[in-house]
Amino acid sequence: MLRRTFIAAAVAVAALSALPQAAPAADRFITVASTTSTEDSGLFKYLLPLFTAKTGVEVRVVSKGTGQAIDMARRGDADVLLVHHKPSEEKFVAEGYGVRRLPVMYNDFVVVGPKGDPAGIRGLKDVSKALARVAGAKAPFVSRGDDSGTHKAEQALWKAAGIDPAAAPGGWYKALGQGMGATLNAAAAMDAYTVADRGTWLSFKNRAGLDVVVEGDQRLFNQYGVILANPQKFPHIKAADGQAFIDWLVSSDGQKAIADFKINGDRLFFPNANEPGA
Amino acid sequence: MHEFAAAFATALRLIGTLDPDLVEIVGLSLRVSLSAVLAAALVGLPLGAALAAFRFPGRRVVVVALNAMMGLPPVVVGLVLYLLLSRSGPFGALGLLFTPAAMIAAQAVLITPIVAALTRQTVEDLLVEYDDLLRVLGTGPFHTIATLLMEARVSLATTVLAGFGRASAEVGAVMIVGGNIDHVTRVMTTAIALETSKGDLPLALGLGLILIVLSLAVNAAVSIIRDSARGSFV
Repeated sequence: MLRRTFIAAAVAVAALSALPQAAPAADRFITVASTTSTEDSGLFKYLLPLFTAKTGVEVRVVSKGTGQAIDMARRGDADVLLVHHKPSEEKFVAEGYGVRRLPVMYNDFVVVGPKGDPAGIRGLKDVSKALARVAGAKAPFVSRGDDSGTHKAEQALWKAAGIDPAAAPGGWYKALGQGMGATLNAAAAMDAYTVADRGTWLSFKNRAGLDVVVEGDQRLFNQYGVILANPQKFPHIKAADGQAFIDWLVSSDGQKAIADFKINGDRLFFPNANEPGA
Repeated sequence: MHEFAAAFATALRLIGTLDPDLVEIVGLSLRVSLSAVLAAALVGLPLGAALAAFRFPGRRVVVVALNAMMGLPPVVVGLVLYLLLSRSGPFGALGLLFTPAAMIAAQAVLITPIVAALTRQTVEDLLVEYDDLLRVLGTGPFHTIATLLMEARVSLATTVLAGFGRASAEVGAVMIVGGNIDHVTRVMTTAIALETSKGDLPLALGLGLILIVLSLAVNAAVSIIRDSARGSFV
């Protein structure tokens, strides 16, 4: 008797949980392809409810590296693209996949490294010179290695220093193929240097012995852009709601919300939608 | 190792306060994995029994292939399903990408071979006893499978549990086809991956502890049912 009741209850639970959940009345949502730096820093968790409260449109963010986010948008799997590599974004629009690129906000990259600073680069103002020293000292360095905005920025810095780290002997340069958080975890565990965006760094909780060693170089500037997927190329795109999201992001409300997002009093992202050349 | 102590404390806090995010994530995880197990059982159990009971040309190839599919790499399954469900893929119009339905499909694909292969083995062992009886009674194919599954049901419970374990522990496939979207497709395993990414290791470990407890609870429940089943034969 007990057994049958038990089995009946178990089957009922299984069956109930297998039923699709009732769809909410206002089932409006858009899909945004974005980066791990915007997700891991906690920006979206803070920002998106504000937009949803205002418009009733839910924002579903799938966060991957910039390269993967752009690929996802190229397939038509996203309504809006929010990433941080201007050349890739402009190429995306030029090839007809996006309508228009608008600047949204910026922050900067920093070089973080072990407290012992084996390459002796703490406080340097020239980031490429600092990377050259890391290469010279063969100090451990971990890279995102995942075609993300941060990875491409890092590659540009090595190029400016005239170094090809992947080809350098000694195995000090390790390309992980992971997001920012995972890369920081690896850097913390390996006592290695890495390039990180300040947003993820400020909200990262497993710093171990890592600290910011180089910052402030102009080349570490990190601009975020937002693009609506082209409804002519992808007829199923939620163009109206997607545009509403973009409009809100660059409006004074959205920009103020971005500016208000702080961790321990530190601002992570700086709104600059009104800078036309950004 | 203060992370373990912190993890334990975090897990207790989350459970004790019935943290709404946790409840939502646990609910979705159970819903996805149980649905996948149901689908896998509906397909895999009869398939495994049929493979055990019937002879046909190419049977050995099918058996070997099924066994091999138990080792399907989850991330590959996720990627293939992503390409199929993507808007620019053949089934894009269904709009299933980044929904729990896609995650259920991915897990079902992964665990059906496990259920089928283990069922085949269990039923084959059973046939040693039952083969002659079934032949004498002249049961048709449908009845044969039903009888065999019924007789093996206690052992098959373990098979289904193995499927559930594999499904609920999976992270690669559901991450790709689900997208780990907050409040929509975030399950226990993808939440753990995210918190690890944010460097919040105690929280990630705490969630891991809760996931293990959940798995224990499911297995304990089935064990109770099984024991009372055995008891009724005495």
